[in-house]
Amino acid sequence: MIATSHYVILSLVLFALGIVGLTVRRNFITVLMCIELILNAANINFIAYSRQLGDLTGQVFAVFVITIAAAEAAIGLGIIVALVRLKHNVNLDQVNVMEG
Amino acid sequence: MLAWFLANFSAIVFYCLAAVAVAGAVGVIAFRSPVHAALSLLGSFLAVAGVFILLHAEFLAAVQILVYAGGVMVLFLFVIMLVNVRTLTGEGQYVRRLVPAAVVLGIVLAVLIGVGVVAGGQGAVADPAALTAVAGVPLGNTEAVGWSLYRDYLLPFEVVSVVLLVAMIGAIVLGRKELGAKEGA
Repeated sequence: MIATSHYVILSLVLFALGIVGLTVRRNFITVLMCIELILNAANINFIAYSRQLGDLTGQVFAVFVITIAAAEAAIGLGIIVALVRLKHNVNLDQVNVMEG
Repeated sequence: MLAWFLANFSAIVFYCLAAVAVAGAVGVIAFRSPVHAALSLLGSFLAVAGVFILLHAEFLAAVQILVYAGGVMVLFLFVIMLVNVRTLTGEGQYVRRLVPAAVVLGIVLAVLIGVGVVAGGQGAVADPAALTAVAGVPLGNTEAVGWSLYRDYLLPFEVVSVVLLVAMIGAIVLGRKELGAKEGA
């Protein structure tokens, strides 16, 4: 039996790597992938504590998180397609239409 | 040796899966090509699905593979294919101030791991039979999750379905051809 703290640490490492990717990368597609990593890390936490507490609520909420992640990926990739049509670029530093 | 291996089998599997998941996440950040990053992310997702099985969440492991590996990754690869590769792999892929970012990350991660060890080490792990029981009767993880989802969390379930509908409409609107044509005219 592996202690819950091991799963929590795995989740934290994945979360931190996602945050690093968000801050370091400029490619919009890679940034979206890092958001998926962060949501996945949240799921590991939900399910680890679901096992720790013997309560299924964590697993149900992980289902909701997966749903939101799928919706976010669909919208984000739609934005990328529109962005490429408009600017022929997915570099986040050069997307400054709303900067004013 | 064999006895030790069998006694610690789940721990060995966990550490292998965790190493693959973390290596995949590092690959997402490190690979310059988005296709390589997407495949690396796929490896990370599959390893996390294995971790879910270790946590007695078999239904979520299947959902993880179906939705992430089957749906989201195909979507990513399709978009990468649609977009010209040269616009994806040009200069300026990384922010230059890497050292301050790494320092901040190290501090945040150390604090978080400290909190995680303290919070995760408290109390005993519950009996895993609770994760497969429907109203006290042991059935299976899928039945138990479905029971909880449709009985206790019916309203959030319906709200999430509306969110999915809105996301679908939004993606269709964003993907229309007129959006680009209007700008050009």
